[in-house]
Amino acid sequence: MVRARDRMSVRTPPGTLGAALLIARKDLAIEFRSRTAFLSSLVFAVLALSIFYFTWDESIVTPQDRAPGVLWVVLAFSALLGLQRAFSLEEHERGIDALLIAPIARESVYLGKAVGNLLFLCAIQAVAIPALAVFYNLRFNGQLAVVAGIVLLAMVGIVAVGTLFSAMAVNTRLAELLLPMLSLPFFVPILMDAAQATTRVMAGRPLSEAWPWLRLLIAFDLVFIVACTIAFPYTLEE
Amino acid sequence: MTTSPMTLPADARVAPDAAPKRIFGWLFAVAILAVMGAYVRAIYFTPIEAQQGAVQKIYYLHVPAWIACYLAYGLVAIGSVINLWLHDERADRLAASAAEVGILFNTVGLTVGPVWAKPIWGTWWTWDARLTSTLFLWFIFAAYLVLRGAIESPAMRARFSAVLAILGVLLIPFIHLSVYLFRTLHPMPIMLQPQALVNPPLSPEMETTFLVSSLAFLLLCVALVVSRYRLATLRAAADDAEGVGQ
Repeated sequence: MVRARDRMSVRTPPGTLGAALLIARKDLAIEFRSRTAFLSSLVFAVLALSIFYFTWDESIVTPQDRAPGVLWVVLAFSALLGLQRAFSLEEHERGIDALLIAPIARESVYLGKAVGNLLFLCAIQAVAIPALAVFYNLRFNGQLAVVAGIVLLAMVGIVAVGTLFSAMAVNTRLAELLLPMLSLPFFVPILMDAAQATTRVMAGRPLSEAWPWLRLLIAFDLVFIVACTIAFPYTLEE
Repeated sequence: MTTSPMTLPADARVAPDAAPKRIFGWLFAVAILAVMGAYVRAIYFTPIEAQQGAVQKIYYLHVPAWIACYLAYGLVAIGSVINLWLHDERADRLAASAAEVGILFNTVGLTVGPVWAKPIWGTWWTWDARLTSTLFLWFIFAAYLVLRGAIESPAMRARFSAVLAILGVLLIPFIHLSVYLFRTLHPMPIMLQPQALVNPPLSPEMETTFLVSSLAFLLLCVALVVSRYRLATLRAAADDAEGVGQ
């Protein structure tokens, strides 16, 4: 890691994407060494899955029927826990200042943080979704790859807006308290589209039935990746 | 504050004069009278609707409140774009003022809507596209006001809140489309037709009352934004004076 950075410093500064990947790699390396955020988000996700199991009467709604709903609620809230990490990491000892004076585009800070967050959240889901399948006795009807694809699309949207808002929230007096209030309204269309799509796919319906929802989800991802990348430089201290 | 006026920079000395003397002006008085007039007309001089009965009169409050709400949120969006573009603090003051007025009318719309819906639709609330997107407008602008309150630096406050307002404007179509898809793919009780609210059969008297009421609410909206803007200007002037005195 250190060697990689030294190599970069003697060459010309990396381009927007190159710098973004370096930032993502730095964040993931920090997370990989401490694992605190990963473990707490993961334990939260699995804990929430088990709590949700007991909030419905089994004889009225079967676990298989409520599993997609539970998946998306747990996913949204564990994502919030992970997103808070991205910029509070930099506030500590003012790491953000180093990023801001680095000869890289502001956009690459956003993209780097977003890629780091995306991989972080995917790692949590890689454990949480199998846990859901085990606890709720789920069968994916051979649609596991499709469900994973929908989760990825939803994660991209959540990370696009969540990364921007965590950059904003960390600079306010309320800090982490503000993040859910800012992000959750933006998660609503993502969760609605993704939950509807997964319900259909997991019920063994053809993909064409989930397509209108997926189309909206893809549109959301594209619009908000562009909008948040443009907006990000305005959310940094000057 | 103990510093003599002579040592103040030119801007701070001008500020108290540039700041308005009063917050509420004649426009506000006219707007209040107009709203009172609209109420009197709606209650005493407009016929009772044949099918829905007296409860239909909420229409003259509900729809004008939403028109005023959208005007105010439109001003927030315009103010936010101008602020990010030109870094003009007056645009930020306009956005902040309009956001507060907008959430007021948003609350009115969300409160009186269910009062009408209960007897007519048979339910206080339904997750229809229009209802859901207006509820989430409320959430976004509530977050907007909390966000503003949580930031000390005026420049940062202006930038952050402008970003949130602009993203919020982008979000609403997605919520609307998602709920629309959700509802059109699912069966829905026949009574729950939001179109009934949008397109009721209006007699000429009712139409006049509706127009009078809409104009009154638009006037009230503008008057409130102007008053709130004056308050923001006064506050900024006071902050400047305090900053110089310290």
